[in-house]
Amino acid sequence: MAEIVLDKVTKRYPDGALAVSEMDIEIADGEFVILVGPSGCGKSTALNMIAGLEDISSGELRIDGARANEKAPKDRDIAMVFQSYALYPHMSVRENMAFPLRLAKVDDATVRSKVEEAAEILDLTQHLDRRPSNLSGGQRQRVAMGRAIVRSPKAFLMDEPLSNLDAKLRGQMRTSVSKLQRQLGTTTVYVTHDQTEAMTLGDRVVVLRGGIVQQIGSPQFLYDHPANLFVAGFIGSPSMNFVPATLEDGSLKSPLGTITLTDRVRRLAEAANAPREVVAGLRPEHFEDAALMEESHRQSGSTFTATVDVLESMGAEKYAYFTVEEELATTAELEELAADAGSADVPGTGSTIVTRLSASSEAREGRPLDVWFDPDRIQLFDPSNGANLTYSG
Amino acid sequence: MAIGGAVTTGRKARWALVDIIVVVYALVPVLWIVSLSFKTKETLADGNFIPREWTFQNYADIFATDEFIRPLINSLGISIIATLIAVVLGMMAAYAIARLDFPGKKALVGVSLLIAMFPQISLVTPLFNIERQLGLFDTWPGLILPYITFALPLAIYTLSAFFREIPWELEKAAKMDGATPGQAFWKVIAPLAAPGVFTTAILVFIFCWNDFLFAISLTSTEASRTVPAALSFFTGASQFEDPTGTISAAAVVITIPIIIFVLFFQRRIVAGLTSGAVKG
Ligand SMILES: Nc1ncnc2c1ncn2[C@@H]1O[C@H](COP(=O)(O)OP(=O)(O)OP(=O)(O)O)[C@@H](O)[C@H]1O
Ligand SMILES: [Mg+2]
Repeated sequence: MAEIVLDKVTKRYPDGALAVSEMDIEIADGEFVILVGPSGCGKSTALNMIAGLEDISSGELRIDGARANEKAPKDRDIAMVFQSYALYPHMSVRENMAFPLRLAKVDDATVRSKVEEAAEILDLTQHLDRRPSNLSGGQRQRVAMGRAIVRSPKAFLMDEPLSNLDAKLRGQMRTSVSKLQRQLGTTTVYVTHDQTEAMTLGDRVVVLRGGIVQQIGSPQFLYDHPANLFVAGFIGSPSMNFVPATLEDGSLKSPLGTITLTDRVRRLAEAANAPREVVAGLRPEHFEDAALMEESHRQSGSTFTATVDVLESMGAEKYAYFTVEEELATTAELEELAADAGSADVPGTGSTIVTRLSASSEAREGRPLDVWFDPDRIQLFDPSNGANLTYSG
Repeated sequence: MAIGGAVTTGRKARWALVDIIVVVYALVPVLWIVSLSFKTKETLADGNFIPREWTFQNYADIFATDEFIRPLINSLGISIIATLIAVVLGMMAAYAIARLDFPGKKALVGVSLLIAMFPQISLVTPLFNIERQLGLFDTWPGLILPYITFALPLAIYTLSAFFREIPWELEKAAKMDGATPGQAFWKVIAPLAAPGVFTTAILVFIFCWNDFLFAISLTSTEASRTVPAALSFFTGASQFEDPTGTISAAAVVITIPIIIFVLFFQRRIVAGLTSGAVKG
């Protein structure tokens, strides 16, 4: 159990690449912290610095209050689970899990009981004498976890531990990782690319972009109150739609029509000295098929009419894609998000608007549809620096 | 289906033919030596492939004299020691080359390549003089040292190729599990590099075992003369006797350790030892 503090931690690789810049994070004892961000933003680098596998260029890493910059990995008492599992192929599952204990010169009886206990927790008992090469992906993943938990380390570091598993297994393992962490109460830093993992696993999420921390907070807080355009676009799936808009006496001219802003949004924007030209963001789940709304409710929001380009029925819900006439908002942040997700996955940055409708919607491809949304949900961003003008955290 | 079958049968036959030609081409001289070693003195030159009269006399003769036994011990001792040292040093150097970035790495690789390309014959005279001055001439170290020098580039090259194949993350994992760099190397990396180590050991051993040039130039007595050199000093029981039979028997005998060495280590060269380490 440990408290881990990163104090202005910076990593510059020998070739000059700045991978992590002045990272400040305080991880409380027993906390589960998630690092997310697009590929190459420095997640693994940050994790490796905590582990001691990479040197820290400047700044200080403190574990339980003591400076740990110069400590060798083996003296930090931290266990790591690698994306590739990194199991020792020449050892059986039992020997793999016992390896950290053997290095620590623990006596045979204790090694045996600890390994068996861990195997019990991870449901590996019947595989103890097999080789990693004969195991399935999920089993290997559990062996890697087992190797981490046997010696009850101060902290766990996990670098995309589930990304090699198929979707279903990933779901199962996600639940077991979560349960395991709660059960053991060990401080955990977890790197992931996966929206669901980021939203469901952690107590807090750290969003990174280009080596710089964008925002730290609980998953719900980041979803409700993104500090900037990047976080807004990164958290949530499908991601937020962004449209260019013009602020004019309390109303917003946008490709979705002229929207009357609510008092709350207007006050926040005024307090933030919003410029005239802004980027308006709306999450897909904040739209609804207007035909399904009660009249009274409908009056409280705005409506626009557009032709449904593509309709995806997921069973429990429907995704309707619309093309809007005007060019959609583009900023450096949005381009980076699009590049990371492979444009198609972030329709909000193409020329389409994604909306999530109830399954009972009668929307049809090629037909016009009245779409309702709540203007109070609109978030406004400054196109010059991406700052959230309606931030109320 | 039938046509496909015919094609594969035809292909198989062609391959079988090619295989047989290659094997026969490679083995005829060896079998000839084996045949000679079993012939009696009288039938040595009769040109028969299969001896008309079988005899073990040649083998009995060579094992009856120190002329063969001493060199055999020298050969075994010198080759095994040189192989051990070259492989251990080669492992360390190859690991450094495959894994670490250190100043002068390119120079090290270049120099070792240079040594491998250096014609050995041009070094014989200087080595002869140096060893005479240092008192290494005609001693075991006098041969072991040049063998290590010439085996190292080979060892470093083969081993660094194997080290590069071992996933980097295994070593990081070992460090996280509490291993010192030394423990990570000996407990995780070395066992995984085992196939490479054994392959290298075989190659180095064969190189030392078969060397004639250094063995003949840097030795003068049975104190350190190895079998390839000793063979050239074989004479018959009298000056006029033809030593062909005994030379053949000795040649057959010194091939045996190599065959044993290869067979013994081949079992350990298990392909795909690293499978299952990462991903799946
Ligand atoms: N050994 C290295 N030498 C130089 N630059 C490096 C090295 N390792 C990583 N980088 C750079 O540092 C940055 C951060 O890399 P890092 O591996 O931490 O990214 P990541 O967030 O883990 O990405 P991914 O999600 O793809 O794993 C990248 O721009 C990368 O090019
Ligand atoms: Mg990474």
